Amino acid sequence: MPKPHIAAIGKVVRHVTRLRGGGSAFPGLVIEKIDPDFTRETLASLPYGVVIISGTNGKTTTTKMTVELLESQGFKVFTNRTGSNFARGVTAALLADIDYRGNLDADVAVLELDEAHAVKFVDSVPPKYSLLLNVMRDQLDRFGEIDTTAGMLAHIAAATTGTVVLNREDPRIAPIADNLPEATKSEFFGLSETLRAKFPSDDDLHRAVNSTNVRDADVILQRIDNNTAVFHMDNREETVQLKLKGVYNIYNAAAALALTRTVAAERYNKKALLDALSDVRPAFGRGETLTLDGQPVELVLVKNPSGFRLALESFSPDGFATMIAINDNYADGRDMSWLWDVDFESLRPLGVAQVSGVRAYDMALRLQYDEVEVADVTTDVEKALAHLRSKYPSQPKRIFCTYTAMLKLRASLGKITEVERIL
Amino acid sequence: MTKRQLTIVQLYPDDMNIYGDWGNVLTVKKRAEWHGFEVELIDYNVGDIFPESADILIGGGGQDSGQLKVQADLQKLAPTLQALADDDTPMLMICGLYQLFGRFFKTSKGQIIDGIGIFHAETHAGPERLIGNIVTHNEQFGDIIGYENHSGQTYIDSNMQPLGTIVRGAGNNGQDETEGCIYRNVIGTYLHGSLLPKNPAIADALIEEAAKKKFGDFTPTVIEDRFASKARDVALKRPR
Repeated sequence: MPKPHIAAIGKVVRHVTRLRGGGSAFPGLVIEKIDPDFTRETLASLPYGVVIISGTNGKTTTTKMTVELLESQGFKVFTNRTGSNFARGVTAALLADIDYRGNLDADVAVLELDEAHAVKFVDSVPPKYSLLLNVMRDQLDRFGEIDTTAGMLAHIAAATTGTVVLNREDPRIAPIADNLPEATKSEFFGLSETLRAKFPSDDDLHRAVNSTNVRDADVILQRIDNNTAVFHMDNREETVQLKLKGVYNIYNAAAALALTRTVAAERYNKKALLDALSDVRPAFGRGETLTLDGQPVELVLVKNPSGFRLALESFSPDGFATMIAINDNYADGRDMSWLWDVDFESLRPLGVAQVSGVRAYDMALRLQYDEVEVADVTTDVEKALAHLRSKYPSQPKRIFCTYTAMLKLRASLGKITEVERIL
Repeated sequence: MTKRQLTIVQLYPDDMNIYGDWGNVLTVKKRAEWHGFEVELIDYNVGDIFPESADILIGGGGQDSGQLKVQADLQKLAPTLQALADDDTPMLMICGLYQLFGRFFKTSKGQIIDGIGIFHAETHAGPERLIGNIVTHNEQFGDIIGYENHSGQTYIDSNMQPLGTIVRGAGNNGQDETEGCIYRNVIGTYLHGSLLPKNPAIADALIEEAAKKKFGDFTPTVIEDRFASKARDVALKRPR
């Protein structure tokens, strides 16, 4: 139980910060300074404990799905909804949800944490459950090397007291099950053999897919036909109509299903679970669709080669005016090398309507070498959007964008159409 | 008339291929095609038979684990590679393979990974990673623009030429203002970005040397490098 006066101070700081238009993490910083135990003590009060979701790709979407699936099973869920996927962001989110006496009205916390932050976080707050999605090349300028990132995820698994849910198809994730503490259990989610070929891991970049899989998985994504997915669980097939698009979003659904089944235990209600799954919408910027001049505009976040490859594979360019916006700020990854590990040939038949972002010319250069025509290049995202809008008024549009380019695009789109507020 | 053919060999793409190394292979392949050559691309991985003809060799970076995997095979290949290098075959080795083209790489755990000594140079794991945008200068190629990300610190012997002198960034070791190494037509460097797309002069030099060596002459085509030139302008202005 945290000290009530700390909770009160934190909430006041949060209100003042929001009034002044400040960032979401600042109140968390204040609380860390005056009571370093605040987060640990507050979360320790939860009857079903803490669930941590980490990995390179799909954290935000999977966390959102898991929260909604657990709610369908009757849980009150606390989560760091604002996308602040680091410890201070968790503290800030807690301050929003607790009352002035410091009570958190929830059964379980589902937290999305960036790998590097999760490592420190689990040392202070050991999770009861963790879900480890994948480890791929992402912002290696930040973490150094991919084996280092895999080591961070193994550390999270080792700190988990109950069950670790693992991606059976990721060659760096699955073996984590073999080195767990004795009391920690493991479960897997996986793909059918046919689908496995569609999910290249970084190891498979220039190598045939290794198709031998001996581990049993709790949930297997069997096949996908547009928005209909078939999951194999409890020795039978379950067909679900989804609002989610793209094979990799739907594979994340398999992860969220496996995790929810593990956490729900005796509360498990399959019908409610599958109904909730069919209602889940993509997280912002993860295939979300806005409307501009009566035409859909899809925003697809891309942040590393594997994510970009899967996005291109998931969304057919037919009928769409395609735009790509690449920034190189810290949150995007500063090294442009990653663009050269993505194959853009699928865009060749129709070309790319617009390229933008700080590194627009790096992207245009990349497309030149895959012999993809580029109709227009401008580094200014707002100008690019205006150009796209005037040049392709009656066509659906799809924008692949890095993180900060997406924030900028949403802000620009917010001036000309309806955009959901995220903070 | 049948087209003249150049064979590009990509060294260890399975284990030494990180941060867009494919971009360098693709750039040489496409530019060679645009200059009128037919290109044969061969992957050489651990245990493969080395191709009979190799006109340009390109190798990339890897993690420490990747370097350990290729180490023994690379030693077996050393005499072949040394002979090709002495015979003026153009090569480009980035990051991990740049290090292993030197005498050795000493890891942070004190482990020595033997190199093949084509470059008279040695590399020691440093206390921190040298990361960020980098610009160096070379008389023939002008400004060389890229991104570095390495913990190894490389020291080249005084009888070796660096690829460039530092304009901005850390380079070989963060101390002596050098970046990369050149031995005959073999270039070693820490620069990603990928290196060749934004530095087409280096790509064309590799192709020109290979063509002259194999056919005795090289007539370049004019390639539209507007995007490369704009991307260079932008990269020059980005913070470290």
